[in-house]
Amino acid sequence: MIAIQSIYTVTGLYLLWMAWCSLRDPQHPRRLGTSAFWALLGLCMLVGQYIPEAVMGAMVVVLALLAGTGQVRAGTHTTTPSEQLTRHRQRHGNRLFLPALIIPLVTVAVALGGTHLQVTGVSMFDATLTTQIGFGLACMLAFVVAARLTRSRPVDALTRSRSLLDAVSWATLLPVLLATLGSVFAAAGVGDAVAAAVRPWIDADSRLAVVLAYALGMATFTVIMGNAFAAFPVMSLGIALPLLVNGQGADPAIVVAIGMLSGYCGTLLTPMAANFNLVPAALLELRDPYAVIRAQWPTALPLLAANIALMYWLV
Amino acid sequence: MIEAVSLWPLLGVVMVVLGFALRLNPALVVVMSGLATGLIAGMSPLQVLSMLGSAFIKNRYLALLILTLPVISLLERHGLREQARHLIQGLRGATAGRLMLAYLAARQILSAIGLHSLGGHPQTVRPLLAPMTEAAAETQRPNLSMADRERLRALAASTDNVGLFFGEDIFIAFGGVLLMQSFLADNGIQVEPLQIALWGIPTAICAFAIHGTRLLAEDRRLRRGDGVTEDA
Repeated sequence: MIAIQSIYTVTGLYLLWMAWCSLRDPQHPRRLGTSAFWALLGLCMLVGQYIPEAVMGAMVVVLALLAGTGQVRAGTHTTTPSEQLTRHRQRHGNRLFLPALIIPLVTVAVALGGTHLQVTGVSMFDATLTTQIGFGLACMLAFVVAARLTRSRPVDALTRSRSLLDAVSWATLLPVLLATLGSVFAAAGVGDAVAAAVRPWIDADSRLAVVLAYALGMATFTVIMGNAFAAFPVMSLGIALPLLVNGQGADPAIVVAIGMLSGYCGTLLTPMAANFNLVPAALLELRDPYAVIRAQWPTALPLLAANIALMYWLV
Repeated sequence: MIEAVSLWPLLGVVMVVLGFALRLNPALVVVMSGLATGLIAGMSPLQVLSMLGSAFIKNRYLALLILTLPVISLLERHGLREQARHLIQGLRGATAGRLMLAYLAARQILSAIGLHSLGGHPQTVRPLLAPMTEAAAETQRPNLSMADRERLRALAASTDNVGLFFGEDIFIAFGGVLLMQSFLADNGIQVEPLQIALWGIPTAICAFAIHGTRLLAEDRRLRRGDGVTEDA
């Protein structure tokens, strides 16, 4: 049986290899810090479940400190000249899309059929996190196919992927950290506090009032935090679960899906979401740093209204 | 007051808001706020660390995105982006609005099947969508002003954002969908990721209709020759 730990193990080994490559990069501007960051994250993946929880928590704090103090930087990398890229493109053509397509197709196949697949009476895939198991296997399969297609040595290909890992950098960690923060918020009663602060103004029996509070709350909180993922646990725990799902018997899948997308309308409006709204303005050499937000609000506001209407009618 | 709920934990939220507003590193802000919130709620430092650790282990699947990097990097070094560009350049003869509309549809569909990393501001908007949009607009209005060009570029960037945001949520292995699923599971509600992903479709259709209408209105604006044309 294939369980999620085998996917974590592969990810951990890859990150440890990246840490080793960073350590051996003599021109690296932050050789030790970057290497320590990837090695720690690799260990969390590889053996995280055996590490005592308090030690693991301390490792998370160290990871955040390394990222927060600018210790995680890009190393030195060679770029492929554009003539060579054109030659490669002409040689491989549309076959280049094949490995990229393997990832979603295999993931979906395992997610949908994986739990039913049995070999001599034993399930092929673990029933917990089946989608992630499929995703991990899909990435590995796609990598093998891509290496064969391009006739690359797999080890070289892995080593050179460090340039992309460096480009994404500590941002890979942010979704995990935000989910972790959500768990802490939940345990500390932040959802209850938000609900207690907001609820006196909401008529809990009015479906429209609760839907409005949740959707507008998601959008507003996302504008403040710059990230719908950060707003989601707080608003959902404070408003959606007690008032909509438990209070009015609404379908939780519909409520959270449209609630999150209401938050995305907030992402379109906020300079806090710098990588989506401010960075492109610089990249496109626009004189107004808020030009992208100006181009987006006439879409974001009607769409938020549409989300409110959808949530009201569908749940 | 009927319910005696402590409002102190909201300080953690305030910390996040302040940290982001002061442009501190988000990873640092998030972890520090987590530590502070736990302490304010009366946990011991060791308890807070244990809580961070166990929550991190439970949520570490959100970092599995890393596994796509070796594949994408290998394909990019063998001309994946050039081939995508080559394909899209076959769409010549389009207007600025229709070109962005086609991009919006492609971006939404590709993100919905998990290929959101095929696009993006540095990868496709700056080298591809923005110059192609400007080139198409030049045929619609020969003396295109600088203000027009900047408007079109900003619209191209916004098209990428709208296409990504309202497409990726339909992909079942997307971090956001999994975050929603794990959140519901934490609260004792079992829902399949596919159910959450499917309920993203109505909003995705609305996003396409609203933004698409604006893109086609841009074509009419360019044809009429009104709007901001002076160089500011």
